[in-house]
Amino acid sequence: MTTCSVSKGCFVFKPSTKKRRLSEKTANFRSPNHDSEDTELRFVTCQSLWSQIKSETEQIQEDLNKQLIDNLMSFLSRSHPDFQEKTTEWTCGMKFREIPTAALVLGVNVTDHDLTFRGLSDVLQDNITPYVALLDAKDCPGIKNLMQKLMGQLMNCDIEVDSLEDEDCVQVSQNRIRCSMPSLISWYESVTKKTDSETPSKKRNSSSRHWQTPPVVVIFKDMESFTTKVLQDFIVISSQHIHEIPLVLIFGIATSPMIIHRLLPHSVSSLLCIELFQSLSCKEHLSTIIDKLILTSRFPFKLGEKVLRVLINIFLYHDFSVQNFIKGFQLCILEHFYSEPLSVLCCHQGDAKKRVYSLSHDQCENIRKLPSFRRYVEKQESGKQIELLTNDSFLKIRELHCACLENQVWETEEYESSLQLARMLNKTDLVTMLQQCVEILMSSSGKEFDKTVEKLKELLTQFQNLEVAEASQERDVSISSQKELQKKTDLYHLQKTLLELKESRRSKKLTKFEMLRFEVVDYIDRLVRKYLVPADNRTLHEIVYFNAATVLRGHLNAAPRTALHTALNNPHWYLKNQALKCDGGGISNKAPDICIVYKLHLECGRLINLVDWLEAFSTVVMAAEEPNGDAASSDEVDDTIHARFIRAVSELELLGFIKPSKQKTDHVARLTWGGC
Amino acid sequence: MPNLAHPAYPSAELLHLESLVPCRESQVSMLLSIFGERQHFSFPSIFIYGHTSSGKTYVMQTLLTTLQLPHVFVNCVEHFTSRLLLEEILIQLQSCSSGTEQTSPVHCDTLNDFVRLFKQTLASQELQDQTVYIVLDRAEQLREMEANILPAFLRLQELTDRNVTVILLSEIVWELFRPSIGCFEPFTMYFPDYSIGHLQKILSQNHPPEYSADFYAAYINILLGVFYMVCRDLKELRHLAALNFSKYCEPVVRGEANERDTRKLWKNIEPHLKKAMQTVYLREISSSQWERLQRDGGEPGQLKGLSAHTHMELPYYSKFLLIAAYLASYNPVRTDKRFFLKHHGKIRKTNFMKKHEKTSNHLLGPKPFPLDRLLAILYSIVDNRVAPTANIFSQVLMNLVLMYCLPHLLEMESRQPQMQTFTL
Repeated sequence: MTTCSVSKGCFVFKPSTKKRRLSEKTANFRSPNHDSEDTELRFVTCQSLWSQIKSETEQIQEDLNKQLIDNLMSFLSRSHPDFQEKTTEWTCGMKFREIPTAALVLGVNVTDHDLTFRGLSDVLQDNITPYVALLDAKDCPGIKNLMQKLMGQLMNCDIEVDSLEDEDCVQVSQNRIRCSMPSLISWYESVTKKTDSETPSKKRNSSSRHWQTPPVVVIFKDMESFTTKVLQDFIVISSQHIHEIPLVLIFGIATSPMIIHRLLPHSVSSLLCIELFQSLSCKEHLSTIIDKLILTSRFPFKLGEKVLRVLINIFLYHDFSVQNFIKGFQLCILEHFYSEPLSVLCCHQGDAKKRVYSLSHDQCENIRKLPSFRRYVEKQESGKQIELLTNDSFLKIRELHCACLENQVWETEEYESSLQLARMLNKTDLVTMLQQCVEILMSSSGKEFDKTVEKLKELLTQFQNLEVAEASQERDVSISSQKELQKKTDLYHLQKTLLELKESRRSKKLTKFEMLRFEVVDYIDRLVRKYLVPADNRTLHEIVYFNAATVLRGHLNAAPRTALHTALNNPHWYLKNQALKCDGGGISNKAPDICIVYKLHLECGRLINLVDWLEAFSTVVMAAEEPNGDAASSDEVDDTIHARFIRAVSELELLGFIKPSKQKTDHVARLTWGGC
Repeated sequence: MPNLAHPAYPSAELLHLESLVPCRESQVSMLLSIFGERQHFSFPSIFIYGHTSSGKTYVMQTLLTTLQLPHVFVNCVEHFTSRLLLEEILIQLQSCSSGTEQTSPVHCDTLNDFVRLFKQTLASQELQDQTVYIVLDRAEQLREMEANILPAFLRLQELTDRNVTVILLSEIVWELFRPSIGCFEPFTMYFPDYSIGHLQKILSQNHPPEYSADFYAAYINILLGVFYMVCRDLKELRHLAALNFSKYCEPVVRGEANERDTRKLWKNIEPHLKKAMQTVYLREISSSQWERLQRDGGEPGQLKGLSAHTHMELPYYSKFLLIAAYLASYNPVRTDKRFFLKHHGKIRKTNFMKKHEKTSNHLLGPKPFPLDRLLAILYSIVDNRVAPTANIFSQVLMNLVLMYCLPHLLEMESRQPQMQTFTL
C-alpha cells in the first residue's frame, strides 16, 4: 500500500498490537521549572487514579457484553449436539449439515470490536473450547492465506496447552504442513483422541471444562472486508468436512446483517445456519460509561463542560467509538495532572485532607494564583482577605471545605434544559420524576439534603391526595364539552365553540394540579440554583476540573492540512524564531527554503513553470545577500541556490503538493488548493 | 429388463447401480459405453456439465464405487493450489489399491513431477491393466491455476502414456474453459435438469421408515407444488422436506386425521410451507431456529429475519460523507458550481444539460471522482463549518468499508485501496 500524499488525505495504518512499554519513568512527567510541584506525588496519584478508572471501565464493558456473550455461549453449546453420536435418525440423513454460524452485529465503531472479540475469545477458551481462531481480513487476501492463518492459530494453541502440561509433542512447523482441510481434520482427530485416551485423573480439571469434542470456532473479525471469493471458498470447503470437524463460524459485522446475503450467493449461504446476535448500541454503551465514570462522585477527577463536549462531539460526529472516548478521557487525566501543579489535591477526600495539611508555602502561593481563588477572596470582607492571603493554615481549612463541596456537583447544563421540560410534563411523569429525585438525594451522602428530601416527600403526598379529586374533575370537563359539541352542528358554531373551548382550557387549566406543578418546578429550580452552580464559579475548581478543551482538541482532532499550511506559510508559529516573524503576506528570505518555495507556488496556477519558479526563488534568496551580490549572478543562478531549490521542490513533491506533469516537461502540476 | 446393459459387468451389479441413480439411466449407460471394458483405453478426457444438483458428482461417485473402478475423486475448490491438487491426487492414488498401507508424504510442485510420480505410483500398484479415473469436481477452479494445468489434464493419457481418463465436472459450459491457445477437446456431456416428475420420483424414494411410501409421496407432491416455482435444487428441496415433515405429520400423530386424509393434511401444511418459503428458504432465519419454532408451536412472526435489521446508525459526518460521495458519483462535475455555490451566476437552461445527460445518470452507473471533490461537496453540504481534521479523512476510509453495505449506491471500482478515485 502506498500513500500518494500527506496533504490530500489521512491514511490509517494501524500497527499490529505490540506490547507497550509499561510505566514510563517519572522523569518524563517532570516539568523543568519547579521542584515544589510534587511531580512524583502527582504522577503516582495520576497512575492510581487511571488504574482505578481503567479497571472500572473494563468491568463496565464486561457487564455490558455479558448478555451478548452468554447468548453466544448457549448458541455454541447447542451448535454441535450430536457430533460424536452417529444418529441414525431419518431426518438427519436427509437434511444437509449446515455450518452453525453466528452473525454478530457490532455497529460501525470498528475500533471497539477488538476488545469485544478478545473478551469473547477469552471466555470461549475458558469455558467451551480451546480452539478459537481470530481472522482479520487484511491477513487473508486469498484462501491460502486464510487457511495458513487458521491452522497456525489453531495448532499453536494446541502446542501451548501441551507445553503447559509438560508433554512431548511433535513440534509442527507451519511450512511443512500442507495447509488444507484434510490436514486440519487429521490434526483435530489426533488432538481429541489424545485427550480422550488420557487418564482422566490427571487431566480432569483442565479438560473437564471443555467437552469431549470441543467445537472449532473461527471468528471473522470484519466480515465486510473479506473478499467474497475467500469467504465462499472457505464455506464451501468447510461444509464438505462438517461431518469430520465441528466448525462454528462467527461473523463480526459492522453494518447490517444484510451484508451476508450480499456477500454470499444463495448456494453458499444455504450451507450456513445463521443466527443473529446484536450487541448493545454504542450510544447506550457510551451513556453507561459517562454515568459510571463522569457523573459520579467516586472519582475525584472531573471533566469541564467544554472538554466533555469535545469528547462527545468526536464520538457523535466521527467514530462512535467508546474506546476512543476512553482514550480521550485518559488523555485528559494525564494532561491535567501534568499541567496543573495543584492537581496533587485531586484525590479522594481522606488523602486530600492529609495533603492539604502538608502543603508547602510555594503550593499555597500557587493556590493564591488561581483565578477562581482570587474571585473568592474579593468577595470576602477585607479582614479576612488579608488573612487568606497571608496565613497558610487558614487557607488550608478553606480549601478542604471547597474540595468537599466539589464532589457533589453534578452536570449542570443538562439540568437546566431538563428544567424546561419539567414545566411541560404531565402528572404521572412528574410524580415518577420526583420519586426518582428523592431516591437519588437519599442515596447521596450530604447532610444538607435532608431537608430537601422532606420537602419533596411532602410535595409527593400532596400529589397523591390531588389525584382523586383531579381525575373526577377532568372527566367532568371533557364530558360537558363533548355534550356541547353534539348540540352545535352547523359549521360556524362548531368552530366558535371549539375556539371557546380552547380558550377556556387555557384559562381553566390553572387547576390545583397546575398550581402544584408550578410550585414543584419552582422549588426544584431554587434547589438547582442553590446547589448546582456551574463549576467554573466554584472556588478552586481548577483542582479537580480539567478545562483545557483546545489542548485536547489539538491532540484528538488534529487537522494535518491546516497544520501543514501553517507550518509552511508561517514558520514562526512553530519555530518561534523572531527573525521569521513576517508582517502581512510578504515572503521573508530568512525562512527555510521549503517555505519560500511553498509561498511562491501558492501564487501560481495549475501548472508551474520550473524556470520561473527558480528565478523567483533565487530573487527572494538573493535579497538577503544583496549587499555583496554582484551583477553577474543576476542572470546566472548560483549552483548552491539551484541545489537548494531542487531540494525544496522535491520536498514539496514528497509532501504531495506538486507532481511532475506529462503535459509539459519543464512544468509541475499543483495538486492542492485550486490545483487540478 | 434393466436399461443398463454392458457385457463387461455382471447384470446384478448393473441392476443395483440402476436403482441408485434414478432418472439418470441414459447418462450412465452412455458413460459406460464410453468407458468400455476395464482394460480398454477410454476417451482421454470427459467434460460433464449441468446445473447445480443435477447429479453430476453423485452419479460419478456411485458409478465408480459400485463398479469398483479404480478412481481418484478431488474437489478443486478444496485443493486451491496446483500443488495441493496434484499431491492430493497422488495420495489418493497410493491408497486407492494399496488399501491401508500408510502413504508416504508426497512432494509434487510441478506437472512434470506429477507425471513422473504418477507413472511410478501406477507401476507399483498393479493398476496397469485397468483404466484409472481421475474425477475433478468443480473443475472451473482449474482456470484460476497455472495455465498449463488444464491442458495437461485434458491429455494426461498421452503425457503419461498410461491408461487414465480424466473426468471434469463443472456447472459451466466448456466454451468458457477453452484456453485461447487451444487445447485437446474433451468429450462433453450434458446432464439436464431434473423435471418435476423426476424430482417427485427421487424425493419420494427415500421415505421415513415409520410412514408409508404413499403418505410421503403425497407430502412431496404438496411440497413441490409450493416450492417448485422458486427452487429446483434437489438438495435444497430435500432439506426443506426434512425440515417440514414433522409439521405435516402433526394431525396424524394427534389422531385428528389418518394418513389418507389428504385434504386435511394439505390444509395444515400449506400455509406453513408458504411461510417457510419466505423465511427458511431465503435463510432469513436459520433452519435450527425454524425447527425450534416448529417444536414450540410459535409463530414465525416473532423471529425477525436478517433483513429486518437494516437500520444502521452512522456518525454525523459519515452520513454526510456518504451523501457527498453519492452526489459526486452521479452528478456531472459541471453542475457542482451550480448546486453547491451560493452565487453561481445565471445558467441558460437550454444548453445547460447536454443531450446524453438527460437520460438518467442512474442508468449509466456511478462514475469515479477525485477525493478533493468529495471533500469539497462535503464542506458545502454540511451546515456548520467542518474543520478538515484527521478524523474526517480517516472517515473517508471507513466509508470505503461501508460501501459494501449500501447496495444501490455502492459499488467499488477496484479493490485496491486507491483513494484518488472510487465510485460509490
